[in-house]
Amino acid sequence: MSAVAGEVASGRVLMRGNEAVAQGALDAGCRCFFGYPITPQNQIPDYLARHLPEVGGIFLQAESEVSAINMVYGAAAAGRRVMTASSSPGISLKQEGISYLAGAELPCVIINVMRGGPGLGNIAPGQGDYFQAVKGGGHGDYHTLVLAPWSVQELYNLTRDAFDLADRYRTPTLVLADAVLGQMMEPMEFSRPPVDPASLPVPSWATTGARGRAKNIINSLYIVPEEQEQVCLRIQARYQEAAQRDTRWEGQYLEDAELVLVAYGTSARVCLTAMETLRAGGRRVGLFRPITLFPYPEQALAELSGRASLILVVEMNLGQMVQDVRRIVFGRCPVHFYGRTGGVVPTPAELVRAVEALERAR
Amino acid sequence: MNQVFSRPDSLLDLRMHYCPGCTHGIIHRLIAEVIDELHLRERVVGVCPVGCAVFAYDYFDCDMIEAAHGRAPAVATGVKRVLPESIVFTYQGDGDLASIGAGEIMHAAARGERITVFFINNAVYGMTGGQMAPTTLLGQKTSTTPGGRNPQAAGYPVPVCEMLSTLTGPAYIARVAVTSPNYVTQARRAIKRAFEVQVQGLGFSLVEIISTCPSQWGMSPLEACHWAEEHMLPQYPLREFVEPREVAK
Repeated sequence: MSAVAGEVASGRVLMRGNEAVAQGALDAGCRCFFGYPITPQNQIPDYLARHLPEVGGIFLQAESEVSAINMVYGAAAAGRRVMTASSSPGISLKQEGISYLAGAELPCVIINVMRGGPGLGNIAPGQGDYFQAVKGGGHGDYHTLVLAPWSVQELYNLTRDAFDLADRYRTPTLVLADAVLGQMMEPMEFSRPPVDPASLPVPSWATTGARGRAKNIINSLYIVPEEQEQVCLRIQARYQEAAQRDTRWEGQYLEDAELVLVAYGTSARVCLTAMETLRAGGRRVGLFRPITLFPYPEQALAELSGRASLILVVEMNLGQMVQDVRRIVFGRCPVHFYGRTGGVVPTPAELVRAVEALERAR
Repeated sequence: MNQVFSRPDSLLDLRMHYCPGCTHGIIHRLIAEVIDELHLRERVVGVCPVGCAVFAYDYFDCDMIEAAHGRAPAVATGVKRVLPESIVFTYQGDGDLASIGAGEIMHAAARGERITVFFINNAVYGMTGGQMAPTTLLGQKTSTTPGGRNPQAAGYPVPVCEMLSTLTGPAYIARVAVTSPNYVTQARRAIKRAFEVQVQGLGFSLVEIISTCPSQWGMSPLEACHWAEEHMLPQYPLREFVEPREVAK
């Protein structure tokens, strides 16, 4: 569907995931996008190339992923809401810039429509970038906030929310999607009015020209180690505040669940289908779906692991989030893992078989 | 008594970290003088490189951004696109601009990005200890070409102005030097011209400034000026490569 930005901003529409991301950015008041072509996220820049100029925004196809993220750095330094989007290999190229954005305490939104890897991999859906997304990604002592949508509706909602979080915590914020989510079409609703960019305050720290005020400096260089340490501590305190205020998760059938599936994004959708089959067969299975991957909803998972008898983590990789889950569960119940990788999406049937095999082994 | 010479308003009264005899101080001053003269200080956003000029954000009294190595033209693009009324300049050394940032400068120029680039060419990596730069001369000794730059192993010097002037995007490209009072006067004129091109919205402007590095060249400041004129200027001739079409002769 080739929605027109101004017209779709209300009501219920059928939309492609990547286009929902782009519309989410527009409705968040974002008026600049810098990106580089890479599959499977190309509908994001295509959509914004059509619709940003209509609203007086900036769309620029950069010469490289590296340049795109540094253009983001410049626009963020100027105090504007700004976004870039890419897919796994392109996100690797952006990591230098993301580290500088984190170090300079600049807000921005980065979309990763993950594909199979490592290396050039393929254009099929993957979740192999979990470690890169939640553990920092680039050099130095930092994280980015990470949101993990599982539907077209959430691609739209969480892209909007990502701008608010980025501004609140002065940090680059990632939306971690995958090729299934980016390419699929679903009905979705525009329940919130769009943000008028003119209503967004220009931050006092922004480099907009020192008119009637002292100069501003945007920088991540602190040559005295103790000063750099203070900056890292300040940034760390924001993560801790985000952990208190802004972790999100969703549960399905957790009230009576003995076996809890833990998954995000496309994996969680496969889990949902498998769970319905398993529950129809009388098995008390539930789903815990983290929506923020950093900060992780640790307290909720820890409490749940005290009640569950078994946890099965399902990922489209060979075991990344499961390491965080084991750390959080801390032995309160057994944690098992099921993963497919390289761009392969597990089927609900194979998850059902995996759960049945686990139960036979108990 | 009339005061006839003073520090420009756009340059702060700070002790600079540059080595004795370094020409960065001259170039900083020229840029600050022109910003004052054109009354641009409150519109300027400067972007600093990685290299010897990494602390320049402290010295200029205008909004400043520190960029990653070589990325200043991309950062400047981001600023200028969202703040079209601002005056955006980058300040970059030869390693920053012509080596690790070769892609960024090429495409900023090709797009005709309305920014002004000051390219400081002293044919060596100063900050990191005197390694070969893309503009190091053939035969020139550096810490990574101890026997002199040999083209069989290390290739040839990169002529930035000559390369960029083949593009349609640039509105003004000039190469100047700061190794003598006469050259300094010419350099100031080119710097002013480059800013004016941006103020008038004519396109991309770049001034390459042949500079010295007495510390890493192992010379006195005066010897370094003489060496630059004798050896660098034949390789990097001083002239205007691209002039704004509106005022072209």
